[in-house]
Amino acid sequence: MQIIERENLTALFESLKKHGYEIVGPTVRDEVVIYDTLNAVEDLPKGWTDEQEKGIYRLKKRDDEALFGYVLSPHTWKKFLYPPKVKLWEAKRQEKSFTITEPQGDGPKYAFLGVRACELAAIAMQDKIFLEGAHIDPIYKERREKSLIIAVNCGQAAKTCFCPSMNSGPKVTSGFDLALTEVCTPYHHYFVVETGTAKGKDVLKDLSLHPAEESAKESARQVVKNAEDQIERTLKTEGLKENLQANAEHPRWNDVADRCLSCANCTMVCPTCFCSTVEDVTDLTGDHAERWRLWDSCFTMDFSHIHGGNIRSSTKGRYRQWMTHKLASWVDQFGVSGCTGCGRCITWCPVGIDITEEVAVIQKQE
Amino acid sequence: MIPQQFRIQKLKSETYDTFTMELVSEKKKDGFSFLPGQFNMLYVFGVGEVPISISGDPTKQENLMHTIRDVGSVTGALRKLEEGDSVGVRGPFGSAWPVEAAEGKDVVIVTGGIGLAPLRPAFYHILANRKKYGKVAILYGARTPEDILYPEDLQEWRSKFDLQVRVTVDRAGKDWHGTVGVVPSLISKVRFDPKNTLAMVCGPEIMMRFTVQELEKCGLMTEQIYVSMERNMKCAIGFCGHCQYGPKFICKDGPVFRFDEIEELFAVREV
Amino acid sequence: MKDIKALLTEHAFFRNLKEKQIETIAGCGKNVHFSKGDVVFRQGEEANAFYIVKKGAVSIEVDGAERGTIIIQTVEAGDILGWSWLIPPHEWRFTANAVEETSAVALDGRCLRGKCGGDDALAHTLLEKFAGVLAQRLEKTRMQLLDVYGK
Repeated sequence: MQIIERENLTALFESLKKHGYEIVGPTVRDEVVIYDTLNAVEDLPKGWTDEQEKGIYRLKKRDDEALFGYVLSPHTWKKFLYPPKVKLWEAKRQEKSFTITEPQGDGPKYAFLGVRACELAAIAMQDKIFLEGAHIDPIYKERREKSLIIAVNCGQAAKTCFCPSMNSGPKVTSGFDLALTEVCTPYHHYFVVETGTAKGKDVLKDLSLHPAEESAKESARQVVKNAEDQIERTLKTEGLKENLQANAEHPRWNDVADRCLSCANCTMVCPTCFCSTVEDVTDLTGDHAERWRLWDSCFTMDFSHIHGGNIRSSTKGRYRQWMTHKLASWVDQFGVSGCTGCGRCITWCPVGIDITEEVAVIQKQE
Repeated sequence: MIPQQFRIQKLKSETYDTFTMELVSEKKKDGFSFLPGQFNMLYVFGVGEVPISISGDPTKQENLMHTIRDVGSVTGALRKLEEGDSVGVRGPFGSAWPVEAAEGKDVVIVTGGIGLAPLRPAFYHILANRKKYGKVAILYGARTPEDILYPEDLQEWRSKFDLQVRVTVDRAGKDWHGTVGVVPSLISKVRFDPKNTLAMVCGPEIMMRFTVQELEKCGLMTEQIYVSMERNMKCAIGFCGHCQYGPKFICKDGPVFRFDEIEELFAVREV
Repeated sequence: MKDIKALLTEHAFFRNLKEKQIETIAGCGKNVHFSKGDVVFRQGEEANAFYIVKKGAVSIEVDGAERGTIIIQTVEAGDILGWSWLIPPHEWRFTANAVEETSAVALDGRCLRGKCGGDDALAHTLLEKFAGVLAQRLEKTRMQLLDVYGK
């Protein structure tokens, strides 16, 4: 492990740029931390933290100048790896036929800065979907392979966090190229760096680093422990899959359907939700057609449309689909749960539906 | 996956809202290989894509055959195409009817409405390998006599001494000399050994529900029954999430399922 | 007479009936034959029998006036035809037409009602059996009404 001093972080930015990366990371906009292109260290949310609860998100000033002193953004990295709107191909009419061309290998080369442990878990889950099945998604693959992941350990947790329950945090353990832990005391502000891959090592090459002494390592451990100690929410995963799959007619589904607005916020902020739809469009001449892929949500009515009607016409059916997919059938499909315990769906639900609470009720009556 | 261009070689009107198109690849010369029960995504230029089961003879792969019912925007656009026009084809996708597992057994095929189309390839396969199967019955239910699909095929199959072919309609006038009633009622009218039979069922879910009940009443176990399921579908390769059926993806785990695999889901509404 | 009893004994409808009961019922039966196009019974007429179809097929029809004759169901070998004999006013609700050469055993309703009058157990058993036939018919009619192949 090594140390980068806070004032040398600019050098990391320079090195990333020199290696051709577009740096994407946290920045404050419209009173939230979002993930967007960063030009300089100054773009980071210096001195900000966030307060999150059921249906609540507030930015607050910290009493220090930590750069990664917030917990989680409503944005997720899937926005960059699996874009919300992407052109799959375009076609040109030629007499009675047509030709189709695919966009080739011009996807961006991202360096993701500030990836949390739960987000690494989410990326690993999406890898299973898009890279490890019988078919591979070329857009995801290209972006994923080109990208560099710089994880940053959590130093605090939100009230909505429950990553330990899902075994995905708060400590960053794998799936990164570089992992940082930010130590910010009144006397010394630095980052403890762990190298995960050769690709990660490469961008550190020209930086002035010094080896982390035991006291720095201990401080870094304390940072993560602090986050861990703050986590209150839990979700009991033992027997959960079977429990949910056996309880399709549990009265709680009606109860949650009464509160759920079917707004799809939870699926948009979820770092693992992967559903999409396609739109076929033409220009005014009708000779040029395109197919676009867009994020979709199982909460929309026409998601389940077949001729004659919609299969999941009730909110009950749609909420149940989302939750049982996330926590139960995901396990059948990909061998792991689809939930990382990031708590975004709790924070960003406009009516404060809490997945951990819904699960607990269904588990209790079993 | 991008669609491959296929030219419409031949168009045939089946009923007032259903038609069959024969397609040939514009590039590949070696035909189109598929398993009975599989489907393709058909693309109409600029309009969109729709999953349609393959309904031709799997032993004759020169032409790709699709029977389509005009029920939506893409199927409506497909209907407006003419011979010589091109469509995009992605596929084949999905699981197949158990034509090999059925060898040495009796076979009962129960279909309703457009559900005859996805089973026709299985039936062609059985006909081409008739000696490998025991008693074979095909039962078909349609709405009215005017809705009956492939009447020439049914007529030809009916004339064969080693096939039991029964057609029924939900309602008919005096000029209909066939059976009136629902298709599950026909199951008890044909001969098969329930201990050594595989049933293949395709039609609307309500029809499949009643059919499975009737087959069970006749002594079949759920492991002996196969059904083909339908859900919304966009990508056909397990990415878009639309076709999920509990833990299953209709596009890659289905559309053909052995009934015991989905029995519990089948009983739940809005899955 | 003997072959009627044998037929009833084998028929699923009479399963679990006592031999004595079958004999009693068989006593009310006779073999009937209809040529293609023959009317088996006509809507509005007194209903005095039910039929066990042995061979052929019978269509159950309703006169749809301006819609013409509508066939609502076909009854075939092995099926039971007719329940109006059992329920007052003992009047056929539909018309039945042989659509093929048809053989059946006709069981006389008046005879059966007479025998049931003095035999509660037989009456109960027959009612139960017919309730089963009616329930099945209702279920299938519902499926027809659902118009499952419609758009």
